[in-house]
Amino acid sequence: MTGESNIVRKPSEHLSGAGVIVKALQDQGVEVIFGYPGGAVLPLYDELFKTNNLRHILVRHEQAAVHAAEGYARSTGKIGVVLVTSGPGATNAVTGLTDALMDSIPIVCLTGQVPTHLIGTDAFQEADTTGITRACTKHNYLVKQSDELSDVMHEAFYVAANGRPGPVVVDLPKDILFADAPYFAPKDVRPCAYQPKKDGDTTKIEQAAELLAKAQRPIIYGGGGLINSGPEACKLLQEFAEITGFPVTLTLMGLGAFPASNPNFLGMLGMHGTYEANLAMHNCDVMLNIGARFDDRVTGRIDAFSPHATKIHIDIDKSSINKNVLADIPILGDAGRVLAIMIDYWKKKKLSPRADSLKLWWSEINSWRVKECLKFEQDGKIIKPQFAIKRLFEKTQNRDVFISTEVGQHQMWAAQYFGFDKPNRWMTSGGLGTMGYGLPAAMGTQVAHPDALVIDIAGDASILMNMQEFSTIIQYRLPVKVFIINNQWMGMVRQWQELNHGSRYSQSYTESLPDFIQLAQSFGGTGMVAETVDDLDEVIDRMISSETFFIADIRVQKEESCFPMIPSGAAHNEMILSAKDTENSKTSAEGMALV
Amino acid sequence: MSSQKPNSDRRHTIAVLVDNEPGVLARVIGLFAGRGYNIESLTVSEIDSVKRYSRITIVTSGTDMVIEQIKALLDRLVPVHMVEDLTVQGPCLERELALVKVVNAGESRIEALRIADMFRARAIDSTLNSFVFELTGSPKKLNAFIELMSGLGKTEITRGGVVAIARGSGIGLQNNKT
Repeated sequence: MTGESNIVRKPSEHLSGAGVIVKALQDQGVEVIFGYPGGAVLPLYDELFKTNNLRHILVRHEQAAVHAAEGYARSTGKIGVVLVTSGPGATNAVTGLTDALMDSIPIVCLTGQVPTHLIGTDAFQEADTTGITRACTKHNYLVKQSDELSDVMHEAFYVAANGRPGPVVVDLPKDILFADAPYFAPKDVRPCAYQPKKDGDTTKIEQAAELLAKAQRPIIYGGGGLINSGPEACKLLQEFAEITGFPVTLTLMGLGAFPASNPNFLGMLGMHGTYEANLAMHNCDVMLNIGARFDDRVTGRIDAFSPHATKIHIDIDKSSINKNVLADIPILGDAGRVLAIMIDYWKKKKLSPRADSLKLWWSEINSWRVKECLKFEQDGKIIKPQFAIKRLFEKTQNRDVFISTEVGQHQMWAAQYFGFDKPNRWMTSGGLGTMGYGLPAAMGTQVAHPDALVIDIAGDASILMNMQEFSTIIQYRLPVKVFIINNQWMGMVRQWQELNHGSRYSQSYTESLPDFIQLAQSFGGTGMVAETVDDLDEVIDRMISSETFFIADIRVQKEESCFPMIPSGAAHNEMILSAKDTENSKTSAEGMALV
Repeated sequence: MSSQKPNSDRRHTIAVLVDNEPGVLARVIGLFAGRGYNIESLTVSEIDSVKRYSRITIVTSGTDMVIEQIKALLDRLVPVHMVEDLTVQGPCLERELALVKVVNAGESRIEALRIADMFRARAIDSTLNSFVFELTGSPKKLNAFIELMSGLGKTEITRGGVVAIARGSGIGLQNNKT
């Protein structure tokens, strides 16, 4: 690419193209690949056959390969690696790649391609993979010369992990896999133009610290950037919250970055966030955003968002700053590094928060907390979905537990009622909202943490979207648990139809559901149904103690809606707390048009 | 606190130094198309055959926030080395090339030649009832010329797009990034 280094580099060895790829994967510390073979990648699979220290997990669909790699990456902080064939292999991966792009998950996806001399001829299983994936990857490569293969491989890993992480595709024509290729070790690779800033501007960080020390109604709003920055960044956030006494709220992607059990934690914010978190965001005077991107699910109506606040925005991605909301103090850098500098400065200058006003602020926040916005009544025999998740949470606290979710009501209830005290324990599709994400993500998580308790909190509709992976789960003896909140509806669709479309439930009933227990058994797993609240604890206990793949089919109250909620197009201070409130809250015409 | 001025669209000329590799232009264009930003003019050509750098000049318009987004999005593309907003950085020169064919006869033909002379356009092709003029200048000058010519007969126009460079002795857009 940059042909600027005129230094003659000596390759460490000469291999086949496929050999170079496997060597590069090993030198990058890759342990697991999620993939599916096909004609164009056979030479690479042949090379894998001869290699002992790369584990390949054979998925049943390429979309699931990417989600599994996402689960692996999200739960370990490492890069997830995917290997798929040309044409349909690559196009099937597109949803997963888009998901990883939206949620900033580092993925390297190797795609097969027809040989270079056939590119552009509509050859069998040919697709313009770099063309198709340009918009859904952080970067992609088509390798047309075998001598640039090892540089591209190493650069792909560098680009995927550095700056704002994301998916990178390397498209590999079949003849390149056979060709002789020089191998350069990671230390010998060509320089890369992509050099994201990590440290942040010290002057701005100091200015931010001074501003926070003067704040009367401060709030810390953290996001997925903290998780991506690593456990150290999350510890620093905790330290900063402790020395300042500031309240903290987290986005869906940020859950676990700050302990849910910490008294300073206000819960998740946004559309289904807590009343106290959203009102604190609305009324704060200084907002410290660390690694979150002012997503529309978080801000609500943008022109009414946090009207009184001076906003500090720390982000590693310059294009996330001033995109939706103008930042008064923009700080371009890594969340952890910036926090470290800020804490140092705070201590060195002996800054302290304004105790008197902070006390008033907390009493105001506590007046919102007493509303108990997540309160529900479990009366009668029918299981409330919230109760099911609450019990699951309570019963798994003595275990190292990892939770993934599908997308919909169950996802929001999981975010509300399952508390995370550690980062990397929560795998969910936030940005893209991909139904079918949770099962393969749980699979990838379980591969990374074989002894941990990994549970996919699912919905009855979502689980059908990638259930072919039951087969993968059985093949690799992954003791994944699937906890289906079964209300026989696409619950969130039904809820929006109830709110905004006169309860005309167009196509949102999930007709003809399978018997999930027999389904699990047919693959070689087990399962149990909880029909009433009396069954719930036993089913959860049996699931947790099961050493194999297990489906818990939790039959919950069908018409339950997910609250609290900021209706579409409304502001943070216009939350509805329960179904009763919906009568007085009419969604605006602009809100109706929003998703 | 924020200087949230009611923003109106403003025209910006942005220069981008990129690796000359397949797909780089598609990345830049895709970034505009995917987000609904408009490109008024775009030129691209290799400027360093050893390092294989190309320079792209993009003329676009948008609010300050949109322009800032565009620059940040361009900057994070992997093959992009540098992004310069020539409109913001101080005075800059913009030039464009146009070839204008005008088909006419009699008085109009003489008038066309006279105007071409005023604009310092060169006739590079001629038949008994047509001229092709070559003209360089600012986009505004080209617009004026084309408007006058179109009043003097049937015209066919092709324009090369804007190339731009900052005034003064400062050297920009060399690759200092790596």
